[in-house]
Amino acid sequence: MNTSAPEKIPFLRDPAKLAILYQILTLAGVGLLSYYLVNNTLSNLERQSISTGFSFLEREAAFEIGESLIQYSAADSYGRALVVGFLNTLIVSFIGIILTILLGTFLGIARLSSNWLLVKLSAIYIEFFQDIPVLLQLFFWYAFFYEILPSPREALNPISGLFLCNRGLAIGIPHWHQAFLYMIIAFVVSMIAVFFLRKWAAKRQAASGKIFPTFKVSLALLIGLPFFTWWLTGAPMEMNVPELSGFNFKGGINVSPEFAALLLGLVLYTAAFVAEVVRAGIQSVGKGQTEAAKSIGLKPGQVLNLVILPQALRVIVPPLTSQMLNLTKNSSLAVAIGFPDFVSVAGTTINQTGQAIEGVALIMIVYLVFSLSTSAVMNWYNKKVALVER
Amino acid sequence: MKPPVTEVGMIGWMKANLFNGWFNSILTLVVLYLLWLSVPPLINWALIDSYWFSTSDQCKAGNGACWSVITANIRFILFGFYPHDLQWRPLLAIVILITLLIYSQNRNHWKKYLFYTWLIGLFSMGLLLKGGLFGLEEVESNKWGGLPLTLLLSVFGLTAAYPVGVMLALGRQSKMPVIKSFSVVYIELIRGVPLISLLFMSSVVFPLFLPEGVSINNILRAQVAIILFTAAYIAEVVRGGLQGVGRGQYEAADSLGLNYFQTMRLVILPQALKIVIPPSVSILISAFKDTSLVVIIALYDLLKTTQTTLSDPKWMGFSAEAYIFVALIYFVCCFFMSNYSRRLERELDTSL
Repeated sequence: MNTSAPEKIPFLRDPAKLAILYQILTLAGVGLLSYYLVNNTLSNLERQSISTGFSFLEREAAFEIGESLIQYSAADSYGRALVVGFLNTLIVSFIGIILTILLGTFLGIARLSSNWLLVKLSAIYIEFFQDIPVLLQLFFWYAFFYEILPSPREALNPISGLFLCNRGLAIGIPHWHQAFLYMIIAFVVSMIAVFFLRKWAAKRQAASGKIFPTFKVSLALLIGLPFFTWWLTGAPMEMNVPELSGFNFKGGINVSPEFAALLLGLVLYTAAFVAEVVRAGIQSVGKGQTEAAKSIGLKPGQVLNLVILPQALRVIVPPLTSQMLNLTKNSSLAVAIGFPDFVSVAGTTINQTGQAIEGVALIMIVYLVFSLSTSAVMNWYNKKVALVER
Repeated sequence: MKPPVTEVGMIGWMKANLFNGWFNSILTLVVLYLLWLSVPPLINWALIDSYWFSTSDQCKAGNGACWSVITANIRFILFGFYPHDLQWRPLLAIVILITLLIYSQNRNHWKKYLFYTWLIGLFSMGLLLKGGLFGLEEVESNKWGGLPLTLLLSVFGLTAAYPVGVMLALGRQSKMPVIKSFSVVYIELIRGVPLISLLFMSSVVFPLFLPEGVSINNILRAQVAIILFTAAYIAEVVRGGLQGVGRGQYEAADSLGLNYFQTMRLVILPQALKIVIPPSVSILISAFKDTSLVVIIALYDLLKTTQTTLSDPKWMGFSAEAYIFVALIYFVCCFFMSNYSRRLERELDTSL
């Protein structure tokens, strides 16, 4: 009996060959489409006599920017203007993320509290703020500052040192003193000390089983050392309180209405989503875990620290990061209320220079860098906290 | 023996839910005090001292809420620059859409004919807006605005984005490196950038892509940007559904001799798409909210018509009232959708 050679598969029925065919077709399709688009674009640019490339970044920007962390004037280059916008995006996202996590965690815990009133109020908040477009909320807060708040002369003064008016928010801060520099140094030193303390405590516990009260000692170090430095350097108490001079406040920190409205809108909106994330995370840890931890004699603080939080955080952190990214991306809506963030400055640059492609590409690159670096950190974190399964 | 009065009824409920422990009691009192400080003035402002059908001068003289800014401009806010005596057409289109949505809520109606009903419905909505056929007067798309535009952008956006998203998700799961990498790059690229950068692209870069003399109107360009954006998010949701279908299903389909397309169409996708119905509704909600961003490229959606009304010197200064009205419209729509999605999640959850 002779075994015949394997039957030849017709070309169109061989998945391996078809796969190659499909891929070639896709490549050709995408290639042709991009060739067509690039070709059109180049001829359009030539006709409108727009030069390509990023050389426009060195030209004089000739527009003012309302708020800037670094020195900037209209005589500076477009490149520097974009850096100003980038820093503004960073600062608004950074402060926004911190406030959002605080408010969101509070709301998420309130949603699970045993107080009926608190549960209902936070549920209403979460539902309401999630369902209204963030842009509309920004417009509302912007109008709130400009239309509803009084003029600087009749500024609201809810607590001493804080003024609210249609020119924004003014907060009193301590006068700059050499002592604060020493306090920052002391804080950094105590952070390093805490880091080594934790390592040492973990090693000791592994070796001898003795538990060191790391948390209390760290807290004492982190608060005590800067405070002690402050006391040593003569305890400067003088405050720099905002005062009305002319049409606006001088002194202290002045926050523009645009910045305040943007921050308020972003924080109130994103906190509603963070609250849901926190709630889901806490609920994901079964009741049995708490009971088991208590039954082996852990104290309430230890139950939270050693059993509940590590498990809840594993559920909370990934969606929390994506909410933080959402906040960063939504900060681009600043352009609608006139806060000079990166998108807004880039938009002005596009209008003035006509370098639309480069401008939009810059916007995309900046946000992509944010997203990709965040997801890289996230992947690293996920690997670190993932359950070790056999 | 009856239980003590402090353990049942109103008092018992209050004791268990509001005053269990000293901490909760203090909390309840503080919250009640804050509510007492804030709610009565708010009701006073919004309902008692308010003006509903007055002129703007009467509003400016009083100190209550001025809802007249809505009632006096309601047609402009809802329909934008659509010709005044033709505004029954967008209104009818909205009614058709809402009827279809309510009808589709019931899962017993999810049959093949519903799909065709939707096709006919969407087509007739487009026809009502655009006109030009069956004796309807044609209305240029640059006159479209208000609520119909918002609904149009989100409903058409999701409808068109869904097939694209499913294809991208399949591409991402594919074993062919070229197709897989294109899909991954597309999805990650789009999800990494804000929608506003795509809208910018549609308004300033896209015209450069077209050959000389060809131009596409700006509503369509924004619509394309929204479709491209939503598709990436749908792709990720659908991918979750695809991963939720067990390996055995693929193997069983293979052993029956089905090819790739048959496997997907007949076995995998029906199961995967069922899993992802609730998250798809969430995407519809965010697409609906995101359409408000077209304000930035100067399309007259609901938010922009409201802003235009507020820039009229007569009605300047009543932003709070106008924005609260628009917020309520958005809230009602989103609230029903998210409730529906939660209900579906419960109904489709066949596990115990």
